[in-house]
Amino acid sequence: MAKTLAEKIWDEHIVRSAAGEPDLLYIDLHLIHEVTSPQAFDGLRLAGRKVRRPDLTIATEDHNVPTQNIDQPIADPVSRLQVDTLRANCAEFGIRLHSLGDKDQGVVHVVGPHLGLTQPGMTIVCGDSHTSTHGAFGALAFGIGTSEVEHVLATQTLPLARPKTMAINVEGTLQLGVTSKDIILAIIAKIGTGGGQGYVIEYRGEAIRALSMESRMTVCNMSIEAGARAGLIAPDQTTFDYIKGKPHAPHDFDAALAYWKTLYTDTDAKFDVEVTINADDLEPFVTWGTNPAQGAPLNSHVPNPADLKDDEARGAAERALIYMGLEAGMPLKNIAIDTVFLGSCTNGRIEDLRAAAHVIKGKKIASTLRMLVVPGSARVRLEAEAEGLDKVFIDAGAEWRNAGCSMCLGMNPDQLAVGERAASTSNRNFEGRQGKGGRTHLVSPLVAAATAIRGTLSSPADL
Amino acid sequence: MEKFIKHIGSAVPLRRSNVDTDQIIPAVYLKRVTRSGFEDGLFAAWRSDPEFVLNNPAYGDATILVAGVDFGTGSSREHAVWALQNYGFKVVISSRFADIFRGNSLKGGLLTVILDQSDVEAIWLAIEADPTTQISVDLESRSVSYNDVVLGFAIDDYTRWRLMEGLDDIGLTIKNSDSIDIFEKSRPNYKPATLPIRV
Ligand code: SF4
Repeated sequence: MAKTLAEKIWDEHIVRSAAGEPDLLYIDLHLIHEVTSPQAFDGLRLAGRKVRRPDLTIATEDHNVPTQNIDQPIADPVSRLQVDTLRANCAEFGIRLHSLGDKDQGVVHVVGPHLGLTQPGMTIVCGDSHTSTHGAFGALAFGIGTSEVEHVLATQTLPLARPKTMAINVEGTLQLGVTSKDIILAIIAKIGTGGGQGYVIEYRGEAIRALSMESRMTVCNMSIEAGARAGLIAPDQTTFDYIKGKPHAPHDFDAALAYWKTLYTDTDAKFDVEVTINADDLEPFVTWGTNPAQGAPLNSHVPNPADLKDDEARGAAERALIYMGLEAGMPLKNIAIDTVFLGSCTNGRIEDLRAAAHVIKGKKIASTLRMLVVPGSARVRLEAEAEGLDKVFIDAGAEWRNAGCSMCLGMNPDQLAVGERAASTSNRNFEGRQGKGGRTHLVSPLVAAATAIRGTLSSPADL
Repeated sequence: MEKFIKHIGSAVPLRRSNVDTDQIIPAVYLKRVTRSGFEDGLFAAWRSDPEFVLNNPAYGDATILVAGVDFGTGSSREHAVWALQNYGFKVVISSRFADIFRGNSLKGGLLTVILDQSDVEAIWLAIEADPTTQISVDLESRSVSYNDVVLGFAIDDYTRWRLMEGLDDIGLTIKNSDSIDIFEKSRPNYKPATLPIRV
């Protein structure tokens, strides 16, 4: 029977299926961090259970860790306790951990691909919703809750109901200055925060195939912002080339490659839903509201809620404008920004830093704002430093930080103050996400860089 | 896990859509390493507003939350479920839940019930008119009833059975460890392992 890519991977991982029960799915890789794991390890201890496959498990410290003075003890006692708890748990259960100061410490979704642990055809889970990032390699990767973390630790499996499948075809070619972040923001604005509910999305089409691995990860990363269970892209030569030479690339590369080449949606397979968007028409995209679907092209205006027909959407837009302190009808480019955040598992990879540095090189950031550059992982930071990108940012007046989630969610000291407005390359603009009362506009690294220079939301074309 | 067969209690109307898990419990409250005590972070930002519905003493005893559409979107944090449970909620009713939140809640024994938006609106009106209205949520008959209204809801047989028996998933899976052993023998050896560490 003809199958979609997601169905192929699903079927290959079924340990057990029985009528009326969810399938029991085998998990190839389990990623762990300090925030969603302590209660899971506690559960194991209480039940006297072991970790079934420490060799398919890897942990890193990311959500809580400071991005400055990392050689000193973590100042916030509660954050320190969480990190210390992870360290103790990994030691007790024999799990590989990349701690602060280690060159493979960093945001869990940046570390896995960088180590070559993320490969096509795998099932990958993590107690973090942006696990969908790994789908860029043609893996079925999704976020799970803490009880599920405990379940995977104990059994290396998860009972799961089979998801529905959706194809999003991105046809055509991106214009210069338009990035994969703009693709995914435009998709979410089109289908809404609930549009992907219950689906695994496969991104297809010419514009997707033209993307680098980093850019594909940005797209898959934000699948969850459309409500989807996971997002994936069929592996191709771009994928294979990226993995080759990574530390954990397969020893028997040819055997793996032969399998990877079977990972595509069969031509006569049917998706439950198909959506098509045209890349030719896309422009740099930014959000104006408090959920990721409340976005618009940078060259347009803050929408007028009164124009929205749907009551629910109108109410949400009205509330969002009040929270964001914006007037309907004002040009988005007139919005003055206080903080630019370049980082996160959406856009904290080397390609993102390069793109932003290219725009900033030789210029100064506006005196009215601060810019935080937070590499996604310590390895990304080292790579960037080897290329001199740190100098570009520092010379422009930006802060060059150590790796972690940082201001993406503001669990560490990197937070917005009440009323402070950020242009952020991260993935969520929820109320208070980056600090209580903080206001977030989601942007691409190119828009972040141009905004840092002009002080208002801008694209490189405005410079 | 406690068995869930039937719950009767009063309910609080949360007339908001798209309540994401950052609103249910902000990230700053996620630093604990235990499973209890998260009630203080529940809807923390909104609770500082005296007008917020949870601050209305008339709803002080509510054990059922009746929320707008797309409840529980955003971050996968299970703390959202614990915060609701620690606060005393046993049931959340909405016309649509985010997938991960619903998965987390049903695993943890917090029953999430999906009703049509028009039925949710009707419950809102009823509990706003009389906050002491008793709502009965019966998993056995898959129905919600209050005053003279009886509404059916859907939940798959397996989850229903598990909740009614109070069974935890891990114990159920371990019963099938033979199939896991067999599956592992057939895994191709080019699949990556995290150990030994390669640099
Ligand atoms: S960078 Fe942001 S979205 Fe990514 S894992 Fe960290 S907190 Fe989550």
